[in-house]
Parts: sequence; C-alpha cells; structure tokens
Amino acid sequence: MDHLDGNVLAGPTTDLFAFEPTTAQGQCRSCADIAALGQAMVYGQPMGFVARCRNCDNVLLVVVEHAGQKSLNMRGLRWLRVADPVEHNRI
Amino acid sequence: MTSQAVGWLTGSLTSAHPLTAAARSTTLTVPGWPGNDAGQHVDVRLTAPDGYQAVRSYSIASAGPGEEIELAIDRLPDGEVSPFLVDDLELGDTVELRGPLGGWFVWRPEQTQPVQLIAGGSGVVPFVAMTRAHASVGSTVPMQLLYSLRTPEDAFFRDELSQPTATVRTTWHYTGAVPPGWSRSAGRLTVEDLQRETLPPEKAPLTYICGPTGFVEAVSRALISLGHAPDAIRTERFGGT
Repeated sequence: MDHLDGNVLAGPTTDLFAFEPTTAQGQCRSCADIAALGQAMVYGQPMGFVARCRNCDNVLLVVVEHAGQKSLNMRGLRWLRVADPVEHNRI
Repeated sequence: MTSQAVGWLTGSLTSAHPLTAAARSTTLTVPGWPGNDAGQHVDVRLTAPDGYQAVRSYSIASAGPGEEIELAIDRLPDGEVSPFLVDDLELGDTVELRGPLGGWFVWRPEQTQPVQLIAGGSGVVPFVAMTRAHASVGSTVPMQLLYSLRTPEDAFFRDELSQPTATVRTTWHYTGAVPPGWSRSAGRLTVEDLQRETLPPEKAPLTYICGPTGFVEAVSRALISLGHAPDAIRTERFGGT
C-alpha cells in the first residue's frame, strides 16, 4: 500500500491537538531522528492513520477512529515540540 | 490575519469549469472560511443518504483571504469522492469542508530561500496556489516550477502558468506523449533532467515535491543524490482513492 506524508494528519487530528501538528517537531524513540510530523510516512485509511519514522520505520503515532471515538497512541515519540502559535498561526 | 481552529464548514459550489477531460476546477463559497496559506489543503466530506461518510483531502489552488476557495479535482476512476465532485456536483450544491489544514507543505511570502517546485500530474495544484501567492505579493524570491505530466492534454492551468507576465517560470516535462516539435522524447524524469531543470544545491533552495507516491519517492531520492539536504526537501504524496 502506498504511504502518504504526515501532512494528511492535519485534518484527522484537528480535534486532538490545539496546535498545527504537521509543523510540530518530534523525536523518534527508536532512532532519535528529529523531524516535523509532516515528514513522517503515513499509512492511512480506512480505520485510521499510522505515522512511521522517515528514517527507521518505527511507529511514531497511531490515530484510530471507530464508533464515534478517536484514540491517539504516541508510543514511538520521545517528545513533541510545538512552535509558539503566535508566530505560526497566521496567513 | 488569524487562522481559526478548524471544524466542519459548509461550502456551496459557485463556479466550475473543466481543466482537462478528467478534471475540473470547482470554486466553493465557504462562510466562515478564514483564508488560507498557499499549499494548504482541505478535507471534503460527503454523506450518503444512509449515513455513510467519505472524507478525502484536496489541495487548494487558491491562497489568501476571503471565503472562496478553488479546488482542482482529478477524477480517479474508482474513487469514492472525486467522481462526484468532478461530474455530479452542481452549482448551489453543498459539501462539508474542514480546513484550512497543514502548515508544513506551504509557502509563505516572508520566506527568503529560492524555491523549486516539482509537480507530478495533479500534484501541481498546491503549486498553482504558491505561484499565485508569489505573484500577488510581488515577491522577488526566485521560484520556478518543473511540471511533469503524461501528455499535453493533461495540463492543469496551462494558460495561467504560461503567461509571459508570470513571476514563476514553468518547465514542462512529458512522460507519455510530447507536443509536435518538442525537442525531447517522452519519458520519466531522470536525474539528468532534474540536474538541468531545477535549482542546484549551491543555491540552497527549498524544494517542494507533490505527486503520486512513486513520483515523489523517485524525485526526492534523485535530488538527494544530486547533493540536496533531505531537510531542504518538502514532500506531499497523494494516494489512490
């Protein structure tokens, strides 16, 4: 199955995060690579989205939508760093 | 201008025209739309009478303030959403929209790096928004587009991209059939094509690539082999249905 980019996570995670997730930087727990979530490889649909590290394929984050509920698992991320929304939340 | 937190909005089709035999431009008026950056996308949700819902992401061809957005949609033969948007959505019909989405695959006028855009097929759509934003602010940042497409008939926005007054130069590349008198034969982009037609690493460009997954993978690998830093390449892949 073809994978997509982390860009596609922006919509499904709007109600999970108060920040724009695709520009947030995260560190892979497995290989310590640091990248924006927009750079992750995402395998999507129909149940949800699995974001994998661009470098080592480790699962960073899983979003599952089922029966009107959404669950988020971020087991593969050591941390997530979010830019100041005042700087970035504009067009 | 501040981009609001996004929820589902309702947009109605206010104008449409064909782009190719398989694609159409649809302009939607979306009350509450906060405007968008060039390169952002929107999720479109359709609900069937039985309650079944399908959501797909589309790049936005327009940029800037206002409640109108233009989408350029390619009909995927076995798609669940695109055939409806291309063939069946009538003026005045409504769809649900969530956006604007994404902050990674965007170009903002305050960026100072030279920009290379590389499109595969309908992956040109976010780049149309970027060329429009570039022109509308009178940006002096070098920006150029390499547009790979199957045949001349598959071009989106050819007139607009070819205008002599365009602030972004477009290089056309054909993979399936070339126009009469074209100097190069049809074929996939090679490393040599990319070396000749794109900004070199020495210019420290930010390179954006958008297209089908295989195209994006091949082009980004080739650019890295030419010496571009992986973090100077931004990609947006689109999948099948």
